[in-house]
Amino acid sequence: MSEEVAETIALLRAREEVSGYDPFGFRPDLLGTLLPIARFFYRHYFRAIVDGIENIPEGRVLLIANHSGQIPFDGAMIATALLLDHRPPRLVRGMVERWVPTIPFVSTFFARAGQVTGNPENAVALLERGEALMVFPEGAKGISKTFDQRYQLTEFGLGFMRLAIRTRTPIVPIAVVGAEEQLPSFYNAESVAKALGMPALPLIPTLFVPLPVRYRIYFGEAMHFDGDPDDEDRVLQTKVDAVRHTISAMIDRGLRERPGIFA
Amino acid sequence: MPPTSSTRKPVVLVTSIAGRFGRLLARALHGSHEVLGLDLRGDHHMPKDVRVFPLDLRRKKAEDVFRRERIDAVVHLPAEGMPGESMQEHRSRTVLGTRKVLSYCHEYDIPKLVIVSTAALYGANPDNPQFLSEEAPLLAGRDSPLLRDLVEADMTTNSFFWQHPEVDTVLLRPVHMVGRLSNPASRYLRLSAVPTVMGFDPMVQVVSPEDVSRATLLALKPGIRGVFNIAGPSPAPLSRIIERCGRRALPLPEVALRAMLGLALGIGRKGIGAAELTYLKYVCMVDDSRARDVLGYRPLRTLDQTLIQLRA
Repeated sequence: MSEEVAETIALLRAREEVSGYDPFGFRPDLLGTLLPIARFFYRHYFRAIVDGIENIPEGRVLLIANHSGQIPFDGAMIATALLLDHRPPRLVRGMVERWVPTIPFVSTFFARAGQVTGNPENAVALLERGEALMVFPEGAKGISKTFDQRYQLTEFGLGFMRLAIRTRTPIVPIAVVGAEEQLPSFYNAESVAKALGMPALPLIPTLFVPLPVRYRIYFGEAMHFDGDPDDEDRVLQTKVDAVRHTISAMIDRGLRERPGIFA
Repeated sequence: MPPTSSTRKPVVLVTSIAGRFGRLLARALHGSHEVLGLDLRGDHHMPKDVRVFPLDLRRKKAEDVFRRERIDAVVHLPAEGMPGESMQEHRSRTVLGTRKVLSYCHEYDIPKLVIVSTAALYGANPDNPQFLSEEAPLLAGRDSPLLRDLVEADMTTNSFFWQHPEVDTVLLRPVHMVGRLSNPASRYLRLSAVPTVMGFDPMVQVVSPEDVSRATLLALKPGIRGVFNIAGPSPAPLSRIIERCGRRALPLPEVALRAMLGLALGIGRKGIGAAELTYLKYVCMVDDSRARDVLGYRPLRTLDQTLIQLRA
C-alpha cells in the first residue's frame, strides 16, 4: 500500500463510528483494496490533471458533473481526486440505482464503498451529515452518448437543484475532459438494451477496455441558489441552466487547453 | 415524610406484563408508579408491590379493572409474543386486544396511553431510505400474517390518536429489541450458527429492552403524544452484529434458506419464515431524531452492552 493511500485511509478512519462502519454501511478499510486500483488509473493510466479542487467548500456540497464514457470512470476519478488530492480527504457519495440493493454481493460492495441507494430521503440525510454528494444530472443519457455527441451536454434533470435549494447546499460544477473519448461508441443499440433491461448497449470497437486518454478535471467555484424548492419547473430550469452553462464553459476551456486526447 | 394522598404515585396498567419485556418494564416503573398488570400468566418474578390480574384483556372481567381502578396511564404491549399461540389467537390478541384497550381508555377517561409497537412494521424493502421517518408507510404486512396483525393494531392506534385528542396517545416504534427476550430477533441471534442470506449484509439497528423501557417512561410524561421511532446505538452490518454476539454467521444462498424455512414451516411455527428473510437482505432502519428532540431520549447502552446479553 502506498504511503498516500495509507494516509488517506487513516484520515478517513478518524471519523468512522465505533463499529468500523458509518451508518450508511461505508467501510474505510475497504479503501485499502480499492484505492490502490483507483490510484493506478488516476495517476498512471488516465494521468489526471486537476484544477480548482480548492473550490470545494467545507461541509455539505453537491458535486455536479458532466457524465460520459460508457463506464463511470468519471465518477471514480472525481472520487479519487477528492481522496488523494484534497486535504483532508473527502469521501464522495454517489447514489446507485434503486435495483442495485437487490443484487447479491453487488449491493454489499456498493454500500461498503460508500455508495447509497438513490432516493431523495438519502440525499437529504447525507447532506445533513455534511457530506459531499456527487450527481450526474445527465444520467444514463449522458454516459451512453455516442462518439459523435462527445462534449455536447444532454439535458439536465431538475432534481439536484430542488435538493440544493431545500438543503441550502452549495453546488460545485465539475467538468471532466477526456472521459468522453475513453470508450468511443459509434452506436447505442437502445432497442436491444431495452429488451435486455439494460440502461444502454453501446457498440464499442475497443470492447470495454478504455483508451489511455488523459483526464482533466476542472472544479468550478461554488454556486449558491435560493428560492422555493417546489417552484415551477420553468423557474428551476433557469437555475439548472446556469450550472449547465458553467460546466459547458469549463469543458470548452479544457478542450482548448489540451494539446491532444492523450496528452 | 410519609407519602400522603396528595403525593400518591400515578397508577399505570401494563398489559402482557408477565412477558420478559413486561417484567423489565414493571421493575423500571414500580419505583415511581403504582403498577398494575394484566396477564393470564400471573405474577411470577414480579416486584411485590405490583398487582397482576390474571385476566384476558378481551374478556369482560378485564374491563372491570379499567372501571374500578383509578388508572392514570396504560402501557400496552401488542408486539410481545405469546409462546405457542395459533395464528387466529395472535390476530385476536393483537388486533382485538388493542381495540379493547383503546375503547377502555376512551370510556374510562384514562388520560394517557403508550403503545409499544415495532419499527419492523415499516418492512425491509430494497428501495427504503437508509433511515425511515415516522411518516413512512407500514409495508411489512404484505407477506407476513403476524406482522399484518401488528400493522393493523398500529394503524388502529394511529386513527384513535386523531379521533381522541383527550387521550395523550403515544405510539413507540422501537427497532429490533435484543437481549434476554424470547422475541424473534433475540432467538435468531442466539442460534449457534446464525444463517444469513449470501451476498447480503444490511445495516441493522438493535436496541436493548432497557433503553426501550426508558423511552416508555419518557413517553409517560404528561403532554407527550404522537408517534416516535426508537433506535439504539449506531447501526452495524448484520454480520458484525452476529460476530459481536460471539456467534458465527452462516451465509446460505437464498434458495437454500427458503427451502429450509419451508421445511421448518411444515413442522411447526407457522407464519415465521420466508417473509422475515427480507430483514436479512434489506435495510429497515429508523430516524429517531423526533424521540431525541421531543422525549429527550438517548440510548444509554452501546452496541456491545446491548449484545452482551445474547453472548453464549
